[in-house]
Amino acid sequence: MSRDILVIGGGIAGIQSSLDLAEMGFKVHLIERLPSIGGKMAQLDKTFPTNDCAI
Amino acid sequence: MSEKMDKKKVTPEDIRIGVYICDCGTNIAGHIDCSAVTSYAAKLPNVVYAKENLYTCSESGIAEIINGIKEHNLNRVVVASCSPRTHQPLFQSSCSQAGMNPYLFEMANIRDQCSWVHMQQREGGTEKAKDLVRMAAAKAAFLEPQKDIEASLVARTLVIGGGVAGLSAAEGLAGMGIEVILIEQESELGGLLRQIDTLGPEGDKASERVSGLIGALTARPNATIYTDSKMEEISGYIGNYDVTIRQEGKDQAIKEKVGCIVVATGALPLRPEGLFGYNGTNVITQIELEQRLKDKTCDAKDVVMIQCAGARSKEWQYCSRICCMIAVKNALIIKKQNPEANVHILYRDMQMYGTEKEKMLWEARGIGIRFDIYSADDPPDVKDGQVRFYQPLMGQTREIPSDLVVLSTPMVPREDAPELSQMMRVSIDQNNFFMEAHAKLRPLDFATDGIFVAGSARYPATVEEARSQGLGVASRVATILFKDKLVTSAIVAEINPETCVGCLGCQQMCPYEAITYNPELNVCEVNTILCKGCGCCASTCPSHSAQLRGFKPQQLLRQIRAV
Repeated sequence: MSRDILVIGGGIAGIQSSLDLAEMGFKVHLIERLPSIGGKMAQLDKTFPTNDCAI
Repeated sequence: MSEKMDKKKVTPEDIRIGVYICDCGTNIAGHIDCSAVTSYAAKLPNVVYAKENLYTCSESGIAEIINGIKEHNLNRVVVASCSPRTHQPLFQSSCSQAGMNPYLFEMANIRDQCSWVHMQQREGGTEKAKDLVRMAAAKAAFLEPQKDIEASLVARTLVIGGGVAGLSAAEGLAGMGIEVILIEQESELGGLLRQIDTLGPEGDKASERVSGLIGALTARPNATIYTDSKMEEISGYIGNYDVTIRQEGKDQAIKEKVGCIVVATGALPLRPEGLFGYNGTNVITQIELEQRLKDKTCDAKDVVMIQCAGARSKEWQYCSRICCMIAVKNALIIKKQNPEANVHILYRDMQMYGTEKEKMLWEARGIGIRFDIYSADDPPDVKDGQVRFYQPLMGQTREIPSDLVVLSTPMVPREDAPELSQMMRVSIDQNNFFMEAHAKLRPLDFATDGIFVAGSARYPATVEEARSQGLGVASRVATILFKDKLVTSAIVAEINPETCVGCLGCQQMCPYEAITYNPELNVCEVNTILCKGCGCCASTCPSHSAQLRGFKPQQLLRQIRAV
């Protein structure tokens, strides 16, 4: 059984799953159809309520 | 790598600092002259390379840091950008990647503390940014390489609460091979779900779901369940918590050692004493209606449901968010059981988010359930056998007959939430719900390492939300307990035993209980895992024996003298 994991989609959900899985020690392959990951959140300037830079 | 650096004595002439000035798009460059700051930085002592980036945290910005270290043989890196709180770990790991000790990295916050507060003062802001960069570079020259701290981990988890969230977390963890101890204060598992009739208008029985969840967990040999139990004491830290559990009717307390803790203590529906004539007989709450539906003792002909009963008020300011769908679900069930029944829902705003719930609302309207808006300033008046309310859209006061009034009350935090939060040193919000570490990016973590939150203990949650949060928490715990050791930041306090006189001044100041007194040597000692590097001890110590790594007096003084 292969222990590698495929994550489809590089938005917040995909990135967070990939990060957690990588932390657990799995090799993760994340695919995203656009040239960069970040999804909708990468298009935001700041996030409520902490005013953190979304990127 | 760091050992090599330790051995090699670095003299001030050998210090090679690289400075990266970040535009942060327009966040910084829109208000201060970043190019001027960059050319200024290049002329500072020991600075051998300075570069301006559009976004230093982007892939190309990170590559600039890595290449800069390699090409210019940098042994110190300064990034002038946003907050170290969010970006220091990223930049430090880039330094590591390039083979530089990450503790030789320094950050200057020229966004939150400069461009954002001096938006209309380009000239002054630019000068201040130069000052901040100069200070950071002066400190960077005196930084010392450090090694991350490593500690052991106990691969077991304590789950507090046996409702949907707790059961799901425990099931997830046990399924991943992590030993689980679940404690529940009631004598039965299942939480609020045990009091609910159906999960949806299709008649999906809650009791069947509960027994399914309980069955899945009890089948696991690596799950221990204690009912009628409460956590009495807790000490320790991430990876090594010692908890004392008290089981009702037993003299002997149970002691367990766990690495992580999940708080899934849930919430309770508010009992609306004194509201809308609540009496528990013909003016009841939704949860009491659930019981009647379960027992099949609901035979009312004219049902009026009042939404936001006690919610979004002075006392309970928040929207409990799940009551609208509960009301519509129960209205549908009553109407389906008895099509002759009149069901009327009085609401302030209907919150039926998502696809399924919106569909449910239209189905309810379609089969003749009436919806009328009321205003919070003029709430409905419940009298015997009728409800009188003002409909602000029509501008009319109406009276509708009712033999049953059902109040949709908010879920409220458990009374012992403040006590539990104090015991575990985790935050609660103004309503006494537990509060996560970050509203958007860390919804299941507490700010205290190794402790997590799931379900209605945080905020009223539906069954599917409690379940996904429970399973999510299991995954968060696994990111810690799947490792064989814990690695934490080296930026902690240290106390020099040669000069410490054991005055205990630091121990009183420490907000994390990280300092203990060693009576044999008459000195104070730091627990490096509990220490969060706040520096309270260092600023208190009269003999300068307590110092914070990376913020030692000589490093800070260099920074201050550069002002």
